[in-house]
Amino acid sequence: MSLQFILTVTLNGLTLAALYFIVASGFSLIFGLMRTVNMAHGSLYMVGAYVGFAVYDPLYASDVWASHAWLIGVVAGILAAALVGLLMQVVLLGWMQGQELRQALVTIGLSIIIADQLLFLFGGNPFRFFTPELLFGPTELPVIGRYPIFRLFQVVLAIAVGIGLWLLLNKTKLGIVVRAGVDDRQMLAACGVNVPLVAATVFALGAALAGLGGVIGATAQPMALGVDARFLLMSLVVVIVGGMGSIGGTALGALLIGLAEQWGQVLFPTYSVILTFVIMATVLAVWPQGLLGRKPT
Amino acid sequence: MLISRRKTVAWAMGTVAAMFAVTGALAQDGPIRIGSITTLEGPFATGGQDAYRAMEMAFEAIDYTVGGRQIEWIRESSNATPDVALARARKLIEQDDVDIIIGPLSGAEGIALRDYSRTLEGKTIVNGSSGAADTTLRDPSPNFFRFNTEGTQWMAGLGTYAYEEMGSRHVALVAADYAFPYAQVFGFMHEYCELGGAVTKLWSPLNTTDFSSIIAQFPSDVDAVVLIQGGTDALAFLTQYAEVGGDLPIIGGSITADQTLLSARGPHQSLMEGMVAAGPIADLNEDPNWQDFVARYRERWGSEGFDSPSIHAVNYYTNTIAVIQALEEVGGDLSDNQQAFQAALASAEFTAPTGANVALDHNRQAISDIFLTRIVNDGGTMRTEAFGRTENVSQTLGMEQEAFLALGSPSRDNPDCPPAR
Repeated sequence: MSLQFILTVTLNGLTLAALYFIVASGFSLIFGLMRTVNMAHGSLYMVGAYVGFAVYDPLYASDVWASHAWLIGVVAGILAAALVGLLMQVVLLGWMQGQELRQALVTIGLSIIIADQLLFLFGGNPFRFFTPELLFGPTELPVIGRYPIFRLFQVVLAIAVGIGLWLLLNKTKLGIVVRAGVDDRQMLAACGVNVPLVAATVFALGAALAGLGGVIGATAQPMALGVDARFLLMSLVVVIVGGMGSIGGTALGALLIGLAEQWGQVLFPTYSVILTFVIMATVLAVWPQGLLGRKPT
Repeated sequence: MLISRRKTVAWAMGTVAAMFAVTGALAQDGPIRIGSITTLEGPFATGGQDAYRAMEMAFEAIDYTVGGRQIEWIRESSNATPDVALARARKLIEQDDVDIIIGPLSGAEGIALRDYSRTLEGKTIVNGSSGAADTTLRDPSPNFFRFNTEGTQWMAGLGTYAYEEMGSRHVALVAADYAFPYAQVFGFMHEYCELGGAVTKLWSPLNTTDFSSIIAQFPSDVDAVVLIQGGTDALAFLTQYAEVGGDLPIIGGSITADQTLLSARGPHQSLMEGMVAAGPIADLNEDPNWQDFVARYRERWGSEGFDSPSIHAVNYYTNTIAVIQALEEVGGDLSDNQQAFQAALASAEFTAPTGANVALDHNRQAISDIFLTRIVNDGGTMRTEAFGRTENVSQTLGMEQEAFLALGSPSRDNPDCPPAR
């Protein structure tokens, strides 16, 4: 096994982890921080990708807009997922705060409905976005050699998302309110903060991140029905391994799962699928709060 | 008194027996219930849809009537996994009470239904499009018939072409890790390794979306890539391979160059043009049977269907017309545990929509023609074009069954011809 090979596979794991982080960070906001059980997070990912593609495809075919089509698709995907997320929170989940089982069942139902609606509207054909000209093709990296630019872009984007979220939660008033709401909702409401509005904002933000992940994911890999379950499961595992409600933990969890998937595929292809779950079981056995989760007080 | 009571009992029993006989006769005049299973979910969803288009054409052509009996068609769907296919087959037999099942589409599903068919009495399963070799080769079931050729047969001629015409000596083989690709890999390597070629095998689970680490494992001295993947998996591989600037010639499996790949726009197209493959169909084929079939397909389905019928459409169609023909021959008679019907199936011989002659061997497996194909840009549309044809390919690739079985069952590790270190 050459150094080049080891580095390439590790970088592949890293870039995959970047995609996972973008999607799972949204889940971490909703589930980890707000404690809203959202089993439809994978559906938000799909909504982002499908709506983004519906906007992108005709633009890409036209001559005038082709060069901006991808960016417009990204924006459309983010907005669509955020809107659906907002509706979910305002119409359904908002008044079930704290009833985890009820939320789980409602969102599982929603995810089935959304998947069927997408099948009805867009059909079962897989599709993918074409990487914009600027990000397409390989670039030369030291030791590794040719490597796709888009995958490197994923990492840059994930880091930007991570820093943005950290700043938002730690350096802004909204962040203070959100963290206060996690600790004591009633006290926060008594202080005159409009808690439902904050909850809706955070939910929409989490959903928007899923939508962004959807378009990025559908550019890196083909998008087809059924990926919702995959990304929901991945988000759950990442957030649970990393620790609920910790952005750093989510990043660590995503890294671990991304690397495990890529190295698993290389070292024991047949059983790579179970590696993720072995990691989750081990982490839960040793650190029940997740790697960077807060100890219960 | 005693006697009369006995008489009464006998009379009653006689009446009941007569009633059974009547309902039995009624069942013979009632509709023939044909169930079908294909994949309307999962990675082969588009292929599954197309399979049902073709079946619908076959039934419409006879107006859903055969041998004076109506055909009642009950459609089921699987997701390409054997447990789901089996559950749906059970549902068709136990709840819908079908006489015949046509399906499934994918390799491992076929083996599951073959095993299930053995437990049935008076029911017949005719394959849809599944192409694992062992479904009929090893431990065949008397109730399972397959009128399409399978994965190993489909590769006939390709290994030789790669070695002799393309001058390839060492290929990187990227294949999905389940029964059908095993059969395809076996078919390719059977010829290629015999001639002296070396193969580096790289397996990936079905539904792999990220092939970057597999691409990273290509040895530096390979001169071609053999891609035994289908649907979205093949699309993912080719796009990612194009994205790292890969430029080795691609040799495809029989379901690699399907409509998912051909109709999708994107960077993979530059790699696909000129890709050679082998299989039971080609989009561009001079045979009048094929021309006629394609014309009927396009007329019936228009823009709803594919540009050209897919491999699954052709396989389901071939199997369906075999069933219809056999039913016609026995006049719709499925009595006596379907013995006459099964005998008619076993001796059926006809021309498939591709123009290939179809006959069954003693394992109820089709012997038919295989095409060598290449992808051409046909006026802006990517299509596969036939440029070679191997006639009457048997499941044992022309070998004696004993000798062929001695080669072992296709698997991850069999056959094997790694490069010399």
